[in-house]
This record gives sequence, structure tokens and C-alpha cells, in this order.
Amino acid sequence: MIEIKNLNKKFNNNLVLNELSLNIETGQTCVIIGRSGCGKSVLLKHIVGLLKPDSGKVLVEGKEVASLRELELAALRAKISMVFQGGALFDSMDVSGNVGFSLSEHTRLGPKEIAARVEESLSLVGLSGIGNLLPSELSGGMKKRVALARAICIKPEIILYDEPTTGVDPITADSINELIRSLHDKLKVTSLVVTHDMKSAYHIADKIAMMYKGKIILEGTPKQIQETQDPVVHQFINGLSRGPITEDTGTFKFKLAEA
Amino acid sequence: MLNLFFIDLGRKVLSFMYFCGGLANLTIQTVHQTLKPPYKPGPIFEQSKKAGYDSLPIVSVVALFIGFIFALQFGYFMQRIGSEMYIASLVALAIVRELGPVITALIVAGRVGAANTAELGSMQVTEQIDALETLATNPVKYLVVPRFVALGVMLPLLTLYANIIGILGSYLICVLKLGITGRMYMNMTFSALFYKDLFTGLFKAGIFGMVIALVSCYEGFNVEGGAVGVGRATTRSVVFSFLMILAADCFFTALFYFIFP
Repeated sequence: MIEIKNLNKKFNNNLVLNELSLNIETGQTCVIIGRSGCGKSVLLKHIVGLLKPDSGKVLVEGKEVASLRELELAALRAKISMVFQGGALFDSMDVSGNVGFSLSEHTRLGPKEIAARVEESLSLVGLSGIGNLLPSELSGGMKKRVALARAICIKPEIILYDEPTTGVDPITADSINELIRSLHDKLKVTSLVVTHDMKSAYHIADKIAMMYKGKIILEGTPKQIQETQDPVVHQFINGLSRGPITEDTGTFKFKLAEA
Repeated sequence: MLNLFFIDLGRKVLSFMYFCGGLANLTIQTVHQTLKPPYKPGPIFEQSKKAGYDSLPIVSVVALFIGFIFALQFGYFMQRIGSEMYIASLVALAIVRELGPVITALIVAGRVGAANTAELGSMQVTEQIDALETLATNPVKYLVVPRFVALGVMLPLLTLYANIIGILGSYLICVLKLGITGRMYMNMTFSALFYKDLFTGLFKAGIFGMVIALVSCYEGFNVEGGAVGVGRATTRSVVFSFLMILAADCFFTALFYFIFP
């Protein structure tokens, strides 16, 4: 279980997370939606201990992430995988090296066993047989899927996805959604997915949480979110350019354009 | 106007203190992680090849020219006072004590240090260093320790090589151009040098290697702002490495030849 309690984080004078609270049950897939730059990725980085909060707590399996010692944090990270927005594949090694990185660094498995696990992970994401390619030889969508293979190769209990379907074609996006769903159904993996892609969110989520101005303003099942009357959530999920979000942030200056 | 000057000065002082604090922190972490098991020789050999073997051509050329230039400069003056035979002693002392370690360190800072910063900086902006952490791998252990050990070991070896090539360059000028016999040249070289000259030079080179590794990795880890940030960090890495090499050289020269002569 992941518990986030009254989390605050400022960068310079910009309050990115503002008393944010959220609970994700074990085995649940929670999708966080919200505008670009609203702090969704910052939230993920707090869960895996890459950032420390200014105040508030993140508890994973009852342990407060920010107060863990080096070895305890390493043990926790061995159970959590994160799929980064751009893949974050290591340029200096080939696809096999990337996918099997954790196994070769932190386990005593032999090269043959590692190769088998790597191939199994790659075939799960539909990229069987590309182990000897370098990340620079892959397309954007392939990089995302290799990153996903790297995440599942260690058989984690929790997977954090940072915009897993952004920048990939609709067919690849749907296959990634299917994979996230099957990991949830078969392996009971707890997943936290950050996305703008509402089709993906409705497809994979047990729960959707809308983040706005550093807080979770609404959470519920996909059906509840679709039927909400909240004007902010309504504007976001329907992709409307006019509404309370754009009025608040002043992103689009229609009057200026009309003049 | 005066206000702006002091604001700018204050920012620069704070930035310098932040750099010193960050570098000290990275140094402590690196030494701790170097001593802590597990020890993986593979990445150290890989970095040693990049820092040492791959630097041999440029070190050879520079050291050879330094030897030529010093022999010609000293030769021009010494011929006037009829003391050509002392050229060998002067060149040997200058190269083994100072020029060998410092010039080699400056070459390596420009070649290897800049590459380290650019590589780690690119990893930083593409979230590869964050990915390493999420894969339960300490970035200092994985990225800094192999560079720190490799440069700390390879720089003295490169310096030893540069010393030999530099003296060879001077030998060629003295024997072929200034008419000094080979035997005389070697006698004058070895009579001027003491073990202390060699070992203090190599010790300094080891320290310079570690300084280059730490500064270049620190700058790489602290890149902000994409490709422009990587470029800026690479420049800072080379400039700070140069300054720290010269400051450390001044300190150790004073230590070895004046405080403990």
C-alpha cells in the first residue's frame, strides 16, 4: 500500500505539491491525471525516494521513504520499478544490458538465466530478439517498451509509470495499456500511472485521481470521473480549451487573439 | 550600480561556497564507496583504458614537443655561457618535478574530464541517473568510483611515460643539434635527479587525477537546462579542474620543497 499524507514540495518559490494526500491500495492501478507541469512526475519521484518532501510523508508498505537509510531504501527500491517518460535507457549498453541491469547488478543469477529473463521480458512487450540493439537504434515507442521490459524484469511489487503512452502510436499505446492491465490482473502489481491520455486512463484504472494546483481535487472510479459535475475535472477530461483551468492559469488569451 | 556589483559578487561567493561544499560532499561519498565492497574491477579497467591508453597519443606528442622546446630554449641561453652540458639536468628537473605531472594533468582534464562531464551531464538530463537510483544502484559507486580510481592510478603512469618522452625529446635536440654526446646527456640527467623528484611528481599526478575525476563528475551530476547546461558544465569542469590542479601543485610544491625539504 502507498500512503501519501499532506505532502508539500517547493522549487524556489513555486509550490508544486500542496498538502497532497492520496492512498493506493495493494494491487490497485491508480491513474493520476492533470495538466503538464502540475507536479505529477514530482509526486512519483517522492514515492521512489528521488526527491525528499519539504513536509508531509510518503509511506510505502508502512515505511516512510524519506527517513529510510541507504540499505533500507535500496531494499525498497528493489520492489519498485519506475518507467520514465523518455525511457531513461542507458546509452552505453545494449537493450539486453538495460533490461537485465538490475539482475546482473543485484542478483547472483548466471548469464544464461539473466538472458532468459531478459528475453521473457522483451517478449512480454512485443520486442523479442532486439537484445543486441543500442538505445540509439530504437524508435521512441520501442524505447518506451524496452523501459517497460526493464521495469518488469525484476518482477516488482509496485510499478510507477510516467506517461507510458505519450508519444507512441495508438496501436503501441493500446498494447502498453493491455500490458499494464495484464500485469495488474495476473501478477497483482500495484501501479501508479501518470498520464494525460484519458482513453488509457479509463482503460487501465481502478481509480483515477485528478491533480490540480498541487492537490488531489477529486478521486474515483473511471465511471465516477466520467460522470462528475466538477467543472475543473470536466474541462480536463473532455479536453476543453475554455473553462476554469484556463481561466485560472490564463494560458490562452482569447480576448487578445480576437482583438 | 554599486549595489548591483555587490549583489553579483555575493552570488558568485555563494555559488563558489556551494561548489566547495558539494565537491567536499562528493569526495567523502566517493572515498566511502571506494572502500566499501563489492569491488568491481571491470568498470575500473574500462575507465583506465579511456583515461590512460587512449590518452597516450596526445600525451606522447605534447611531451615530445615540450622536450624539444625546452632543449632549444635552454640551449640558446646555455650556449652563450658555454654550459650546454647542464641542459640535460635542467630539463630533467623541470619535466620530472613540474612539467610532466602538470602538463599531463591538464591534457587529461581537457580530454577525459570534459568527456566525463558531458557523459554524466547527458545522463542527468535524460534521467538516466535517476533511473540508476530507482534500480537500487548508487550513482556514486557505479559512475564516480571507477573514474576516481582509474584516474588516480593512470595519471601517475601517464606522467611517468610523459617524463620519459619529454626527456627523449630533449635528448634528440641535444645530441643531434647541440653536439652533446648521448652518454654525457644521460649522466647529467641521472646525476641531477633524486628519487624524491620522481616520487613527489608521481604523487602529485595521482592527486591531480582524483581532482579531475571529482570535479568532472560533480559538474556532470549538477547539470541543469538540457544541452546548453551540458555545454556550460563541461566548460566549468575544465576551468575548475585547471585551477584546482595549479592550486594543488602550488600547495604540494611548497609542502615537499619548503615545509618538509
